[in-house]
Amino acid sequence: MVPLSELRAGEVGVVQVLSGGRGVVSRLAALGFTPEAEVRVMQNFGRGPLIVSVRDTRIALGRGEAIKIRVLKKEAVR
Amino acid sequence: MKKSPPFVTRRNRLEPVVEQGVPDNGDTLSPNRAITVALAGQPNVGKSTVFNVLTGLSQHVGNWPGKTIEQKVGTCHYKDTTVTIVDLPGTYSLSANSPEELIAREYVICQRPDVVAVIINAAALERNLYLLAELLALPSPVVVGLNMVDVASHEGMKVEPEVLQAALGVPVVPMVATKNKGVGDLVEAIVRLVAGDLPYEPKVPEIRPDHKGVLAELRALCDPHVPEPYPPEWVALKLLEGDREVTRMMEAHLPDDMWLKVHAVLRAHEDAVVDVAGGRYEWIGRMTRAALVRPRIGQVTFTDRLDRVATHPLWGLLLLAGMLGLVFGLTYTIGMPLQDWLDTAVIGGLADLAGNLLSKAPAWLRGLVIEGVLGGAGMVVTFLPILLIFFAVLGLLEDMGYMARAAYVMDRFMHLMGLHGKSFMPLFLGFGCSVPAVVGTRIIESWRARLLTVLLAPLVPCAARMAVLALLAPAFFGPAAPLVSWGLILLSLLVLVASGVVLNRVLFRGRRAAFIMELPLYHLPNWRTIGLLVWQRTVEFLKKAGTIILAISILTWALSRLPYGEVETSLLAGLGRLLAPVGGLMGLDWRMMVALLASFVAKENSVATLGVLFGSAEFTVGGGSGQLTELLGSALTPAAGLAFLTVQMLFIPCAATVAAIRQETGSWKWVGLSMGFLLVVSFGMAIGIYQLAALVGV
Repeated sequence: MVPLSELRAGEVGVVQVLSGGRGVVSRLAALGFTPEAEVRVMQNFGRGPLIVSVRDTRIALGRGEAIKIRVLKKEAVR
Repeated sequence: MKKSPPFVTRRNRLEPVVEQGVPDNGDTLSPNRAITVALAGQPNVGKSTVFNVLTGLSQHVGNWPGKTIEQKVGTCHYKDTTVTIVDLPGTYSLSANSPEELIAREYVICQRPDVVAVIINAAALERNLYLLAELLALPSPVVVGLNMVDVASHEGMKVEPEVLQAALGVPVVPMVATKNKGVGDLVEAIVRLVAGDLPYEPKVPEIRPDHKGVLAELRALCDPHVPEPYPPEWVALKLLEGDREVTRMMEAHLPDDMWLKVHAVLRAHEDAVVDVAGGRYEWIGRMTRAALVRPRIGQVTFTDRLDRVATHPLWGLLLLAGMLGLVFGLTYTIGMPLQDWLDTAVIGGLADLAGNLLSKAPAWLRGLVIEGVLGGAGMVVTFLPILLIFFAVLGLLEDMGYMARAAYVMDRFMHLMGLHGKSFMPLFLGFGCSVPAVVGTRIIESWRARLLTVLLAPLVPCAARMAVLALLAPAFFGPAAPLVSWGLILLSLLVLVASGVVLNRVLFRGRRAAFIMELPLYHLPNWRTIGLLVWQRTVEFLKKAGTIILAISILTWALSRLPYGEVETSLLAGLGRLLAPVGGLMGLDWRMMVALLASFVAKENSVATLGVLFGSAEFTVGGGSGQLTELLGSALTPAAGLAFLTVQMLFIPCAATVAAIRQETGSWKWVGLSMGFLLVVSFGMAIGIYQLAALVGV
């Protein structure tokens, strides 16, 4: 299990755990970051915000928020 | 098979309809009915387009009671029924994460609209149905407007409205609001649902089996104490989700011993919020399984291709710089000349006219009309062409989906100030006028980030400040004026960044709000939506100019004349003389200080006041710059001139902006803080620059 921020562009992760304050967790969950959801990283330059795609939506996430989403890389799930 | 709950609305009771046959005539409707519909939807679903198509210019724009969030209400007609449409704020869910979400759910629960119409983006069906899952737990019946089906098919997705309708058990109307398709069908479905003409058997989402027990327990504990009109089942669910507002409400309404029990249950299930959300998405998965056909994975769409440039850390910045260059280009080539024309021809003409008409009237009345009203509020109105350019271009970029990308590429820089990308948009608006910039901070969710953005907005040099700069810089610096002007604009922005860093540390201890923002799909602009947006913002601005700006213009004018009718002996001049010792530190005499104070009415007033004080008779309202340049150039050293331009760039904003800050922050405390901060910064910078310049012998 790795933070979403560690995935490179093009990689897909399956959400496992959300950590962080209740407000952020609630917002992330409402947008579709729930356990089992597939997240594709669209852009990640290693610093600054990143772009991911979850449930047909592109979402810009601050790195701090992306660290709070822990995922299993798709290849590892197989 | 789940049972649909009974719905009690204000006017009728909808029983679960058994028969599937749909009687297709309006005869069952009683004539001249009036119904109320709440229009709900997530952001970026084309909800405002739907609202505009439905209501056109019948819209009334105001604020939600006690909030600074915009409320739009409009009406439309279907046969004999008058439909009042209340546009709820766009929200992703109905948790208490933001004031918008609170407003939306409080309205549906407490006002009980006859129908809630939820607009859904077919291209992001799953995430959009999340809001429906939340709405179905509330008492009003729901109609789904399945919008943007054209965008979805362009993205390779296929949604079957009939299949979705059968699965959900609520009416689903396919629409392309931008092409005015299906909007009429939506109204028809709404009216017929209220009349009991349409089947309504919603499959309400249920909580996951492992949480059923605890939900029932919470409900049993709370039920007798839940205040009207909140549904007990919903209250129990929101408690389990850890909802701040509902928790506070029940803590107040439950007897202490009961609250302790409830609290203990909640403590044992603190992580339930993710499970509840996950349960809703499982329900959505079941609802959409048959109705949604997805494209092959890996298909590169138009949005993906455009985003390779627009969100790239380097190309994205260059693209943004290009867009901003375009706005400034339009401002200089069209906006500024138009402003100048309005100033000289219209305001100047009106001043002449008033002078002739009032030639026999007392001098004070002539002064009041020409210098107070036309020179203050009238001058502010001349900036409308520049504002129109900003409103139109920014509205266009927003509507096409570009603005979110601009916020994304700016996020790294805004990070420095403890802000995130979303604060960039209102600050940029500040180059046009600080008033819409302050009002525009409403898009920022976090109160802390919003407040900081409001405090920083006056430091963005507005068009009026830049006009003063353009007018006065040549007086002190001749051919070097453009260089000095750009330097001062750059200085303002540097001061803005530094202020952001400092204010964030001091006021908020460096904490930073979460950055979570949807990047919508790009689409062609809808001119109607942009046109209405520009129209509403213009009306809002003119209303301000006609009321508060007018009042303060007259007040400041009176201060500059009372008690003897001469500027030199007025109360304002007295104040200027009081400030002369501070002015001395930056090489400015009392007249320059008075000019600075006069800029509180409108920034250009400092030029007009200088005209009066330096006895340049021609230089009055609408006169253009005459010999003032020469007079000023000989009266002030370049060092003092530079100090004056610096302080006027950073000084407290005009009265209109102060009023906007008061309105948006809701307290004089923040207004006071903002003014105090700007006074210290502007005087500090000007004194520093003057002393430094004097030291090196300029």
